[in-house]
This record gives sequence, C-alpha cells and structure tokens, in this order.
Amino acid sequence: MENNTKRYWKGLEELRNEESFIKSSEKEFNAPAEGEISYEHLSDGTGSHRRDFLKVLGFGMAAVSLASCEAPVRKAVSYVNKPVDEYPTIANWYASTYAEGGDYASILVKTREGRPIKIEGNKLSGASCGASARVHASLLNLYDIEKLKGPHKGGSATDWDTIDKEIAARLGSIAASGGDIRIVSSTILSPSTKAVIADFTAKYPTTTHVVYDTNSAAALVEANRQSFGKAVLPGYDFSKAKVIVSIDADFLGTWIAPDTYSGQYGQTRKVSSSEGGKREMSRHYQFESVLSLTGSNADYRTPVKPSQLGLVAVNLYNKLAAKLGGTPVSGAALEVANLDKAVNDLLAAKGAALVVSGINDPSVQVVVNAINSLLGSYGVTIDLDNPDNLRQGNDVAFNQFVNDVKGGKVKAVFFYKANPVYDHPRGAELAEALPKVELSVTFADRADETGSLLGYVAPAPHYLESWDDAEPKAGHFSLGQPTINLIYNTRQAQESLLKWAGAESTDFHEYIKQYWRRNIYPLSGQTDFSQFWIKSLHDGVFELAKAPAVSGAAAFSGDLAAAAQSIGKRYTPNNSGLELAIYEKVGIGNGSMANNPWLQEFPEPVSKACWDNYAGLSQKTATDLNVKQGDVISIELNGKSVELPVLVQPGQANDTVSVAIGYGREKAGKAANGVGKNIYPFAAVTEGYVSYAPGVVNVSKTGGFRQIAQTQTHNTVMNRKSVLQETILGEYQKDVTAGRFFPKIQTAEGPVDPTDISLWNGHEYKNHSWGMVVDLNLCFGCGSCVVSCNAENNIPVVGRQEVINAREMHWMRIDRYYSSDGEIGNYSAMEVASENPEVTFQPMMCQHCNNAPCETVCPVLATTHSSEGLNQMAYNRCVGTRYCANNCPYKVRRFNWFKYFDNDNFDYHFNNDLGKMVINPEVTVRSRGVIEKCSMCVHLIQEAKLRAKKERRRVTDEDLDVVCASSCPTDAIVFGDMNDPDSRISKLLAVEEKARAFHVLSEINVRPQISYLTKIRNKEKEASPQA
Amino acid sequence: MNSICRNFYSFCKCPYPTSFISNCSSFLFFLAFLVFANIAPLHAQEAGEDSAVAAAPGPEGDVAKGESLFKSNCSSCHETSSAKSVGPGLKDIHKRHDFAWLVKWIRNSQAMVAAGDAEAVKIYNEYNKIPMTSFPTLSDDDVKNILAYVEDANAQAAVAPVAGAPGGAGSAQAEGPSTLFIVLLVVLVVVVVLLSVVLLVVLNVLSRTIGGEKAEQVPGGSSFKDLAGRTVRHPAILSATAWVFLLLVIKTTLDGAFNVGVQQGYAPKQPIAFSHKLHAGEYEIDCNYCHTGVNKSRAATIPAANICMNCHGVVKRESPEIQKIYAAIENNQPIEWVRVHNLPDLAYFNHSQHVNVGGLECETCHGDIKTMEVVEQRSSLTMGWCIDCHRTTDVNSKGNAYYDKLVQIHEEEGKGALKVADIGGLECSKCHY
Repeated sequence: MENNTKRYWKGLEELRNEESFIKSSEKEFNAPAEGEISYEHLSDGTGSHRRDFLKVLGFGMAAVSLASCEAPVRKAVSYVNKPVDEYPTIANWYASTYAEGGDYASILVKTREGRPIKIEGNKLSGASCGASARVHASLLNLYDIEKLKGPHKGGSATDWDTIDKEIAARLGSIAASGGDIRIVSSTILSPSTKAVIADFTAKYPTTTHVVYDTNSAAALVEANRQSFGKAVLPGYDFSKAKVIVSIDADFLGTWIAPDTYSGQYGQTRKVSSSEGGKREMSRHYQFESVLSLTGSNADYRTPVKPSQLGLVAVNLYNKLAAKLGGTPVSGAALEVANLDKAVNDLLAAKGAALVVSGINDPSVQVVVNAINSLLGSYGVTIDLDNPDNLRQGNDVAFNQFVNDVKGGKVKAVFFYKANPVYDHPRGAELAEALPKVELSVTFADRADETGSLLGYVAPAPHYLESWDDAEPKAGHFSLGQPTINLIYNTRQAQESLLKWAGAESTDFHEYIKQYWRRNIYPLSGQTDFSQFWIKSLHDGVFELAKAPAVSGAAAFSGDLAAAAQSIGKRYTPNNSGLELAIYEKVGIGNGSMANNPWLQEFPEPVSKACWDNYAGLSQKTATDLNVKQGDVISIELNGKSVELPVLVQPGQANDTVSVAIGYGREKAGKAANGVGKNIYPFAAVTEGYVSYAPGVVNVSKTGGFRQIAQTQTHNTVMNRKSVLQETILGEYQKDVTAGRFFPKIQTAEGPVDPTDISLWNGHEYKNHSWGMVVDLNLCFGCGSCVVSCNAENNIPVVGRQEVINAREMHWMRIDRYYSSDGEIGNYSAMEVASENPEVTFQPMMCQHCNNAPCETVCPVLATTHSSEGLNQMAYNRCVGTRYCANNCPYKVRRFNWFKYFDNDNFDYHFNNDLGKMVINPEVTVRSRGVIEKCSMCVHLIQEAKLRAKKERRRVTDEDLDVVCASSCPTDAIVFGDMNDPDSRISKLLAVEEKARAFHVLSEINVRPQISYLTKIRNKEKEASPQA
Repeated sequence: MNSICRNFYSFCKCPYPTSFISNCSSFLFFLAFLVFANIAPLHAQEAGEDSAVAAAPGPEGDVAKGESLFKSNCSSCHETSSAKSVGPGLKDIHKRHDFAWLVKWIRNSQAMVAAGDAEAVKIYNEYNKIPMTSFPTLSDDDVKNILAYVEDANAQAAVAPVAGAPGGAGSAQAEGPSTLFIVLLVVLVVVVVLLSVVLLVVLNVLSRTIGGEKAEQVPGGSSFKDLAGRTVRHPAILSATAWVFLLLVIKTTLDGAFNVGVQQGYAPKQPIAFSHKLHAGEYEIDCNYCHTGVNKSRAATIPAANICMNCHGVVKRESPEIQKIYAAIENNQPIEWVRVHNLPDLAYFNHSQHVNVGGLECETCHGDIKTMEVVEQRSSLTMGWCIDCHRTTDVNSKGNAYYDKLVQIHEEEGKGALKVADIGGLECSKCHY
C-alpha cells in the first residue's frame, strides 16, 4: 500500500522495451514491411487473426484486473496548527474590492480551504450594484499560470533585492540631475495608493502622475469644468428618470458604471400586476451607430452614423430650446427618426429627464450639459455634488506624456495597471520611444506589450492577494483584503514604490490602516478606531451620508456657441463613405483581462460571438459591398490596415463598420494571443481626446474566409408566440395578461388547455418545490449570470472551434432574439435580418420540467426527478446516449464530447494545477461522454437545507440564492421555494400567475419549474419597429 | 484534509483491492468470504442502537447536556472520579470550591493565577504549572450541567461499582457470533464433503457389485486407487463437477466485480502509531474532542497537531511516536496520515448531516473504534450499504422544526414511521452533483 508509483503499459513488448516496440512506437499506423506478418496491426482491422485478437483482449483484461488489485494510497493531510475560523469544507466569505482601470465593484469573496473560488456582489455597498461578468471572471486571472513568478530585469528573472538596489540608485541619480519621472496608470480609486504616490513624489519631486483610461470620459469631465466650473464625473441616477435619451452611451453595457446604472434603470422598468401595483415605466431613446446592449433594451432606437451623432445633440438642443426658450445655436439640421418624439417626451418629463452621451468630445458633452440644464435634470437625475471618481483619466495629459517620451524628456517611467503600447492609439509611437527611457518599470503581472519593452518588471499580485482601498464615489469608501497568500514571489506596487522612496515601513496593510485612521476614521464620528476598522473590513465598505445636492439647477455657464461651432466642423448630416465605429464589448472590455478563457468564451450579448472580434456591417452595407458573413475584409485608415471577418449585424447604422477593442493581444498569454485584431491604433486623437469614431475608412474584400464562433445563430423569433411573450405598456395597463399566449389543443371534446391533458400523473412535492421566475422586463442581457454560473459549476472552456461545432458547455445561456419585421407567415421574409429590429433577451437554463421529456427517454435512469421539483442528473450513471439532449425541447443539455481537463487540446485553466484551484469542490468535474446541465445549484440547496436542519428550523429565502439570481444586478431572476408561502417567489407568483407569468412552450405541457414574466416595451401602439 | 481533487473521477478506473482472483482458488475460502461480506454490515448497524441513554435531570442541571459537554471539553484531562490524570479528578469538586470561583476558573484560570488567587496558585503549582485550557464560551448553565453530570456519574459508580468498561466487553461479545458462525460453517462444509465422498464410494461399490464386472479382483490398495479413478471418470461426476465449477466461477466473478473498489477491512499503517483503543477506549476521550468538524462540516477532520498538543504538551513527551508530532510542529510540516475511508469523488457525504442532524453514533458506520489499535474500514461504504440504511433508518425528526411539516403529512398518510427514504433519501441528487 505504501508504494503508489506504478507503471502502466500497453503491451509486454513495451514492458520489456523490445526493439520492435521502440520501432513501432515511433509510428502509430506503420505499414507492414514486405514479408512481415501483418497481424500486428489490429487497428486497421485487416490481416489480423481472430486468435491474436483474443490474445490481446485476454492480456488486456488480465492487465486491467492486475492493475485494479492495487489501490492508490490517499493521504489525509491535517493542519499543523488549525486556524480558528477555518473548518475544512466550510466556506469563508470575505468582503473585498474590485477596482481595475476605473471599473469598481464592492465584492464578497468565497474561499474554501484558503483559496478564493467565487465572487459575489456586496449588497452593503451603495456605490456598486452586483458584480458584472468581468468582475466574476476576474477570479480566474488569479489562477493564471502565465503570470511572472517573480521580478524580471531585461527579460530574465532576478530577485527583489537586486532590482530594489538598482532602481533606487537610478532614481536617486535621475532626481539629482532633475530628470523627469512619470508614473503612468489607469484610474486609481485608492486614496491610500494616491498617498503612496504623493510620498514618492515628495522624495523625487520631478515625479508626475499621468492617468489615462482606454474607455475615457475625459471629455465629460472637461465639459463639466467648462459648463459648471466643476471638473467632475457627476453621479447619475437613472432611477429618477422618466425619460432617458442616450446618444451613443452604452450605460447598461460598458459606459462608466454599467452595473450601478443597470440597477437604477431596472427600478424604472419594473412593473407589478398586483392590485394597485406600479404600472409605469421609464421611456428610453437611444441614438447610436452600433447595436449596443443599451440600444437593445431601448424603447425607441435610431441607428445613426458616427459622423451624425454630434448633430443629434445639437438638434435635440435646438428643438428643446425652441420650446423652452433657450438660445438656439447654429448647426446643420439633421432629420433622424424618433428625434421629435424624444423632444416631446423630454418636455413632458421636464424635471425627471436624463440625457447622456458617451462621445468623448467636450463640445458634444457641453451641448448635452446644456440640454440637461434646460430640462432641469441637475439636482434630480444628475448630481454634481456627489461625483464619481470612476474615470480620472486625462487624455490631454497622456498625449503630452507620449510627446515627452518621444522628445527624450522623460528619464524614468513607471506603469501601474497600464499597458498603453497595446491600448492607446499612439501605442506604436510609444513602443518606439520607450526603450530609450533610462529607467522603465512596469508593475504588470506579466511582460505585456508595454512591459516587454521596459527594463524591469516588478510584478504586483492579483487584487485578491492584495490590500487595497477605494473611494469610487465621494463619501463612499471601501476596503480590499487579501483572500489568499501570495501565490508567486510578487510584491504590491505600493510597497515597491514605498521601498524605492526609502520609506521606513513598506507594509501597505499598515499604511492603509494608518491612512484610514488619519483621514477616514475622523469622518465616522466613532470613538474606537479598532472597532471602526474591524467593522469596515468586515462590511467591505464605509459610507458617509450623502452630501445634500444643491437644490435647483446648477448654473450652466458653458460656451455653447463655440461648442456648436466645433461640432459643426466635425460632424456632418450627410457624410458619404464607410465610417469606422470602434466600440467596447461587454465581456472582454478594454482587453486588459483578455487572457481569461471565461471571458473569451463569454458570448457577446448582442452578436453572440466569442473568441474573436470582427467587422460588423448592416445587411444593406454588406450587400452593397458584396460580402457575406465570414468573408474577410481589409479595413484601411491612414496607411494602417487590419483584416477581419464580416459579421452581419442587424440594427447597425448603414455605411458603418464596427470593430471592438480588447482583441489582438500579442503578449497576454495563451488564451488571448492572436485572438482577433487590435483596433486601438485606428482610434483618432482629436485635440488630445481619444475618439473612437476616426472617420471614413477604405474597405476591400480579401477573398479570405473565417468563420465566427457564435453561440446562437437564430436571428429572429419567427413569430413563435410560446417562446417569447411581449406587449407594450399601454396594453398592459389595460389588461395585465396583454401579450400572453394561451395555446389550445384540439380534442374530440373541442379545444382544451394543454395542461388539461397529460400522460403523466405528475409529482407531489411535500417538502420544497424549488423554482425560478425570470422577469424578461428586467433582464437586459448583460451576461453576469453566465460567467457566475461558469465559476460556480466548474463549466469547462471548450475553445473557438468547439463553439463553432456547437459544443459549448454553458449551462446558462442568454438567448437573444431579434423581432423580425417580415410579414407574419412569410418565413423566408422573416429570416432576413431587419434593418433595426427589436431585441429581446431570454435567460435559458434547464427548466426542470415536471413532465420532463428527458427523463422518460434515458435508458439507464441517469436523469430522474426529485421530490423537490428538480430534474436530477447523475453523471456517474450516464452512458452518453444523448437521447435526453435530443428530446429536450429547450436544448439546455450539454454533452461532454471530450475530457476537458488535463487535455492539451483544451489548454485552459483545467489543464494546469494552478488553474484547477478555481474549481468549486462541491461540484463534480464532469468527464468525457456524459451529459450535464443546470442543476439549479443543487449543492447550494443541499447546503442550505443542512444549515437549516442543524439550526432546527425551516429554510428561508435568506439561506440561499442560486448564483444566476444572486449575480443579477437588476434582480430579474427570483429563486425560491414555491411551497413556502412566505418566500419571494411565492408572493411574486401569487401576483403574476394569472397575469404575466408564462412557461416557455406551454403547449407541450412539460410543466417547467421556471416561469417567465412577459416583456413590456414602453412604446406607442401605432409605432412599428421600424419607426 | 485536502479536498481539492474531490472533483476528478473517471469510470474506467477500478483502483481498489479486490480479492476475486485469489478467491477462485478455494471453495472454502469463497464461502468464508461470502460469510464475511454478509455479516459485517449487520454488525455495523447493531452497534448504534444501545446509544440512547435516558437522560435523567440531575439535582441542579441537565445531566445529559452535562455529559456531552464533559466529554467534548473536559474528559481529555479530567476524570469524574477522584483519580488524577492531567488535571485533578472532579469528584465532589462543587464541595471543594464555590460555584462562582469554579466558573471564573473554567473561563480563564490563568487570569486568576496571575491575580494571585491563593487557591488558584496552589492548584497551578500542584499540577506542574500546566495551565488549564480556558473555556470562555461556557455559560453558567453549562457549568451547572457539567457539575450535575459529574455528581451523577459518581452516584452511578457508587451504585454499580463492578461495571466493567462498556466499550471493550460489549464489542468482544459483538464479535463472538461471527467467528463462531464461520467455524460452524467450515465444520459443516467439511462434513458435507466427507459425506459425499463416502456416498460416492458406496455408490461405486454397489454399482460394481450389481454389474459383476471384474468381481474377482482382489481387494487392496490398488483396487481402491482403481475405484477412485473410475469414480472420478464417471460422466455424471465429471459433468456435475464441471457445472459446479462453472457456476462457482460465474458467482465469484460477479461478486468480485461488485466488490471492485470496496476496501472493507482496509487498515493501513499510519505514520504515527496512534491508538484509538487507548484514546477513545481506555481514556474515553470523546470523538468530538479531536474530530472537531463532525458536527459542523462535511469532513469530520483529522485533528491538527495543535489538538494533540493540548495533552501531549505534558503527557508522554518522551515517546518516540509523540516526538514525531513535535517534529511536525517544529518543521511546520503537516503529518500525512493515510486515508482509511475513501469515498469515490462522485459521491457526496456529509458528517454533520448524519451526526448532528441524524443523531447517529460514530460507531454505526465506523465500527467499534474504541477497540481498534489501528483504524480499519469496517463498513463497505458501497452505495447499496448507504441505500439500505436510508431505507431502514427513521428520520431523527424530534425537536427539529425542519421536519415538522413532513412528519405531519406523513402521519396523515398513516404509513408508519418516517424513514429517510420517505423524504427523498434515495434520490440521486442527495449525494451526486
């Protein structure tokens, strides 16, 4: 038993290492030589004798039996000194902070035996709402095996002492000679880190801190300085807006704080069918070039070319000013759909309206400010007195920095959470100039595009290994604490800076504590610091009461005429030629987390494409260019060119080609390198501001073809009423069942409800009846639930080719349906992608049918029904016939075509020991040849039941939430026990059962445990989707 | 317990010891094997039943509660009698010290020593300056319960001074029938074989006598040989033997196949010769004292070295086995115990569900640990074994509001006692997900 080193062999010749074996081992299917006996080749099935086959078989069986006699000795390793709060197999939760490049979330981290395995949003936080797909996925970056294992100098490993000595010495000499030192970073939310930089600057006074953001809001900040004298990013409150107009701001997907905005926006979209329930919704207009997540959810959406977007703002202002008595400004008139309607609605909702724009151009933002000022939005939906800190980048300063580096002025440069060589339009210029800088250091965790050009890499640990704090919004503080020991020999950037600045103590934990004691604790009014500190650390956040917003509108004092003039120069109502629109994807974001297989395989909510970026074209433009989906086209601008496959994107503005940032990484790692193309160099820098609408490009067909991996290729809902049921607000106000579809089945006794006839006796649930309700009106398609489910349920990553083969493994998917405007009944017309379709998102997971079609066809009873309403899947019983998947009407069952762990063909996190640390030990990792599907987080249900039993009480809503529900920023998914009259789901269903609640495909009477609530659009009745 | 790799499983491996090949060799061995396989689980279930001890309320506290508190907190250092172990015997402790003093001492004895309390300092010095572990979480009522139990235990001892150690004797008796049964069976089998041989000889002699062939042959050694040879070559005998052999092979193969991966009886040598017989048996240290997770979590947990140090900081320091623990602590190198009970990764088992909620005794599944010098896997841990128990065990629903509704519905249906199987105890997703 002691010895578990055993040898496996395939045949005796291998064991004896005979010559013939060595020879044949080199060729798998070697052809027999002349005269050689041919029965060695069993594999090709010819020339082998029956007796030899039996010999081999017999030997094989004997070998297997012999091998099975020896049990592997498994070890049970106990603690030497057990930590007090740590019980093996019991999870501990810690509050922490996610703050990367201005994206912020207060989070809770679930750890098991000292390793983080799941992230959830922190409900105590007032400055963030839930956790986005990226926040969920950031967990996997912790276990990225391609991170540097220690400091590097000039491309080779070294130790901290060496680089500390060298960098400090060089800094000393540079500072002595008055050479310029720059610290370049993305937005830093941490006040303590800023204090560290201040300390560093105090020691080396020639230091300047340069901040830039890839998804910059610098123009917005500048516009607020010009308009109100406050250079801030205002706090937006979508929850108070009755009418929202967005000009190219993807505030539900990528703009500034999408989770928080989703939460607020969700409040305005929530309706209730109860007696006297809320039946009002905000109305949302979207003017944009690329069909974004936000545009998909708008009530009225107008595709506008990038060159016209600025004029939308000007025209909107002029039309409003004409009614409200403002001064009109000069500007070309632009006639686009829905603009007049938006004006009327805005006027009606004066004082509760909100206009936002995501265009990084101060002139446009000044006009938008003027509009909001006219509408009285300041102090209501926009709060200048409690600003956000989420985007502090200064495009102009960074532009100057590039010039300084090129001019040889900068002697030392430090990059912290910044990779401008990759993600700045002037990255190539920087790449050329950086190697000339005397001292260059990055704190990145790998030698990325920037880092590989620098002298030193001083790798900082992942945020889950670090101490941190943040002030995402004025008066909202949050703390980040490590949830695991340092994995590699890394050191926090703050400690490195303190060390090089010669600080006495470089312990950043102590530094934050002292910073809080001096600066934040006095604000709390409490009397015991250690109590204050422990509570803040426990809660993760400390928030001050909101400063009262200045009542009445802030006085707008911007130079509107100048802004309009500037817009007039840059935008034109009738630009000819194909324009490039650069946008950000919800999953991959700016590309800093691109080496994350979860994010790469996360389908973009609208296009449902993964593992690639592509050239999005409208159907009309594609036809004009004579290209089809998958054709590779070349896009040229100012001598730069990039080749990308075409994706036909309904809803995109005509004569526009859209490309997403975040792809085309070269030095990020296996999962990211070479995936898609880098489009950052195509962005323009206009008067210092980065513009993602660089103008007209030349497009030509290359003749190549590249298939895009899309998880859903159905483009329209084809009028299938039993899948999606939707209505408009006016109808819903009259009749709560508006939009519902009640199928009937013809029988000899006349039409009956499908539920009235059944082959089955049904199930009886005495104890619990677990179920979910999904409110289609609150699901905006952000996909946070998808990544959350991936993390919780150990869902493997299968890669681009397997997605193309339709073998993705996601248990939870969000179906995106376009509503076709083709004639009903004319299916070929309905298949044509619309110019500007309506979009509906429908989260789809196992429906846990009571009359489950999958259960009846399983020949080995691997999938059965539980007494609590769950459709159970026993992997170890499954033999892989796939009958169940075939018979599933919802197509939610996934088959393991391969072994996805320890398989070099799937070289993602399941293929290395560090990556496997992300695995949730409560959920089996499935092997090849078995079916899997959503279990309704049965492991959490079991855990919650056990907790209740131990405490001798019933299970309540507080005990558990399935992870898709808990990660939803808008609470669109409600999970619970339908047998418990006090549960949220029971109360919700009591109200909606006879109103909005429906089962998908109810005509087949499978009686799912999952209900959906109808989608309601706030549209006028007569409006066609085309508007 | 390192459970990172609970998740990886594969069907094709059958990496556990199986005795099916060796079983082919002998019929007797095979029979013995069958007997073993069938009897052991029965034992495991019997063992748990005598656990329900009536809890009589003591004069000043709840004896039953006190007993569990005493066993999990005090018994490793204190006896209920006046015998000294690590600390003083607790007989009549409430007469020696007043209650307030005792509570203070239990919660933090070191503070009293430091404060110079005369009594405290005296005890401290008397017991080699070993500080007593502090129990700040014990309430006044808890202490009363413990005292009540101590008093009760002494009263019981006085009533029945001759009662032996219940663990050892009981289990020896429990072992008895199985050995006896095997011996009987073996004897029976031998008798059957002898009988059949005799019968065959008789048959042969008779058939020859009737046939009259070669009747003139002289009886003697060679004729017996001849007789035996002919008997063996008889077609009926040959075919019967062939059939019996074939059936045996099939039966053995099937049984063997069902036992692939079953490690019943597995008793590996551990890196430290820890004796459960000594600790749990002789010293009656409660299982909870070391296996701290058993009421809380999925894993009962192998105790950390610091738990050993609670006693072995002073007890038997010189023993070479104990020295290994010191070495582990000094080198910060955890002790790598050999796992005895290995469930396949695809099966989920939770100790707290069975012990805390179900109220099962450890012995129900682990056998009489108190007699084991080296721990051995007593139960088969097969799915059939789990399911059998779930079918026959009543749900421990008393005093647990979680089950109230279920009990009520079940009573209304009037189908007898509420078994684990009645509340979904046989469903796949209870253990497989």
